Amino acid sequence: MKIQLKIWRQENARAQGRMVDYELTDINPEMSFLEMLDVLNEQLIQKGDMPVEFDHDCREGICGQCGLFINGRAHGPQEATTTCQLHMRHFKDGDTIYVEPFRSRAFPVIKDLRIDRSAFDRIIQAGGYISTRTGDAPEANAIPIGHDVAEAAFDAAACIGCGACVATCKNASAALFTGAKVSHLAMLPQGQPEAAERARKMVAQMEAEGFGHCTNTGACEVECPQEISIRHIARMNFEYNRAGALKK
Amino acid sequence: MKLDAKIPEGPLQEKWSRYKATCRLVSPNNKKKLDIIVVGAGLAGSSAAASLAEMGYRVKSFCFQDSPRRAHSVAAQGGVNASKNYHNDGDSAFRMFYDTLKGGDFRAREANVYRLAECSANLIDQAVAQGVPFAREYGGYLANRSFGGVQVSRTFYARGQTGQQLLLGAYSALSRQVAEGNVQLFSRHEMLGLVVIDGKARGIIARNLDTGAIERHAAHTVVLATGGYGKIYYLSTLAMGCNGSAIWRAHKKGAGFAAASWTQIHPTCLPQSGAYQSKLTLMSESLRNDGRIWVPKKANDPRPPGEIPEEERDYYLERRYPAFGNLAPRDIASRAAKERIDAGFGVGAQRNAVYLDFAHAIREYGIETIRERYGNLFRMYEKITGHNAYERPMMISPAAHFSMGGLWVDYELMTTIPGLFAIGECNFSDHGANRLGANSLLQACVDGYFILPYTIGNYLAGELGTGKISPEAPEFETAEREVRDQLGRLLTIQGNRTATDYHKELGALLYDKCGVLRTREGLRQAIDDIRALRADFWQNLKVPGGAEQVNSELEKAGRVADYLELAEVMCYDALTREESCGAHFREEHQTADGEAQRRDDQFQFVSVWAYAGPEEEPELHREGLVFETIQPSVRSYK
Repeated sequence: MKIQLKIWRQENARAQGRMVDYELTDINPEMSFLEMLDVLNEQLIQKGDMPVEFDHDCREGICGQCGLFINGRAHGPQEATTTCQLHMRHFKDGDTIYVEPFRSRAFPVIKDLRIDRSAFDRIIQAGGYISTRTGDAPEANAIPIGHDVAEAAFDAAACIGCGACVATCKNASAALFTGAKVSHLAMLPQGQPEAAERARKMVAQMEAEGFGHCTNTGACEVECPQEISIRHIARMNFEYNRAGALKK
Repeated sequence: MKLDAKIPEGPLQEKWSRYKATCRLVSPNNKKKLDIIVVGAGLAGSSAAASLAEMGYRVKSFCFQDSPRRAHSVAAQGGVNASKNYHNDGDSAFRMFYDTLKGGDFRAREANVYRLAECSANLIDQAVAQGVPFAREYGGYLANRSFGGVQVSRTFYARGQTGQQLLLGAYSALSRQVAEGNVQLFSRHEMLGLVVIDGKARGIIARNLDTGAIERHAAHTVVLATGGYGKIYYLSTLAMGCNGSAIWRAHKKGAGFAAASWTQIHPTCLPQSGAYQSKLTLMSESLRNDGRIWVPKKANDPRPPGEIPEEERDYYLERRYPAFGNLAPRDIASRAAKERIDAGFGVGAQRNAVYLDFAHAIREYGIETIRERYGNLFRMYEKITGHNAYERPMMISPAAHFSMGGLWVDYELMTTIPGLFAIGECNFSDHGANRLGANSLLQACVDGYFILPYTIGNYLAGELGTGKISPEAPEFETAEREVRDQLGRLLTIQGNRTATDYHKELGALLYDKCGVLRTREGLRQAIDDIRALRADFWQNLKVPGGAEQVNSELEKAGRVADYLELAEVMCYDALTREESCGAHFREEHQTADGEAQRRDDQFQFVSVWAYAGPEEEPELHREGLVFETIQPSVRSYK
């Protein structure tokens, strides 16, 4: 396959970025999208240019480190697929592909397509946990949890923290990311005691990081590679309101 | 090099209790005066950092990823073992100990393995308390499934994302400690040097990967939790950034490296499709619960799988290992697959795969049950290959996966450098010559949550009089200069080959000569080839850009430089072990029917390698393995 690439290049967070054109020939349709970028980078190095920096690690769709805006869509054209799991067979010979970083004020560009998502870590640090210490756990089967509840909690817990929800949201809201964690823990009996306070703290942190508000467009759930439902945002709002109502 | 395993006295079942009852403690008000560095933030690193911080120590946590949540523990799919005996199928800590020791072909320490089994039940309790959504039965109790190499159901799982869920549990505990100010987090930092002062580990030199800044970090003790080095084969199931640099650099400062060649080649991975390939994705071993592995009976059979009738299929694992069948352990399953592929029975375009077929299971349980058990794996398979595994068998192939070898540690998980601990996959300890499925998540967690918090206290109790460690000490100066010099050398060669290019060549060489099958002649050749490749690397490497900026090529080059040295030790390790055991299969040492031939009279020991200097042959030391409770037997799964 022959592919025309238009890739965002940016020296650092303060520098002005721009789209740069590249052309690749002999691309095998069985290659992954990132392997195609590997091919480009090997060529750039041999020409004495700097390779394109991009985030990636596991290349099996679970670490959440990769994330590119491809032809205007977070993680590209395939449903429920991370960038690393996207393959060139989904493009046509001669296609022009636009490649940009996930954009949000809360995700500053580090270089080229690499971004800083530490805001997500700080949201979790604000309360995305159950306050248990190593060693104080009761016998695991002491708290029965219905099959369906466990499965529903898993659906929320499956979030990989990639940031596609933020990148695709017109408000750059992190409501799906935050809601997934609030909801995962609120559904489980172990997570109940802190559920309301957790929602309040995590939402406050989300706002402090500069993410926008959720206006329920639902774009996030469309692009989420783990297909996390916006119902979890509703549950976050419920827990958040409960925190307000219960406030002494 | 002195190798004292420090195994406590007493009967096997009481060793760990005795240790815990008698080890030295650090009082709560003294813990906050003690600094601990934890390098790596996967399951072992995060669980250790969180647990130690909860206890009151001052912890610094480092990882090269942009968040601890992304460490490669996240990718473990199938499950985590624990001898809860919830299925009333006769499980116990002792049985789990036996299975693990046998699975490792009797090349691990009894006391360590028993402790792993003993602590396994607590880990499930711990994870459930953190909110890990393990699979549940309809009554609300925890579900289990079985895994390779055992005859009980002791594997707990969260769909095919058990590692992710356990890691997120540890990450949440770590995040809580960060919020409380007990842990300082250094993401996007890579350890490039270990600092040893007066014979004790006292800090690290790290590079901030976002700025290129070289930083000194001092502490009373350093914990390495940096995972396995299977990526040395280039094509592997590991993440692109996984590396052996931290343990290798610690090795060069005096830490013994044990059983370097014991690397597990996992049987159920997606086959290579071309030279551009950057990794081989693992498909969980749990698939072998319901999938049947076969190849056509006719070599180079051109027919699609659906057109090959039942009687013309060779279910070779069921044929060779009737007692365990498709659930034979990984080393055996990989070898059996390679045997069929090499004999010309491989399938797929490159003839480098075997079938893993779910048609029987779908007929027996219905497609919905199979979808619930493995839905995400089938979906992943389709994304990568474009094929629907509900309709046609998966094609799988062996790929490099886990390192049983790593830094030698004693019972306290301390390396041969006092004050340097190694936990999780980066150490050598519990798995012997082959790891059983679902035991790696277990070991990482048990080391971090339940073992290190005791053993590190026993060491730190002796450090109360030391006072703050200064990063201005001359040893830090020297270590930093070494790091800067090496980065400078990598950048100034300006040759014509990229780091990835060297890595691919090294990987192919190791697969060929130090992979599933090994020979004396092949290993000797490999050592020469690796030396030549390493010399070429330092002559012709090309790294663009500079050190004071984001430069992923510079990161790769440093890792490949270390791999080019570690690979040689792997080959020495395999060459000097004139027997077959577990994942180490020497063609010269096999039984008449092609099974591994162990030689207990001569090789019932762990090989521990000491660094002898650049371009010098490493020195071999031996830790004899003493079996007091069970007697090693011929490991049979027939």
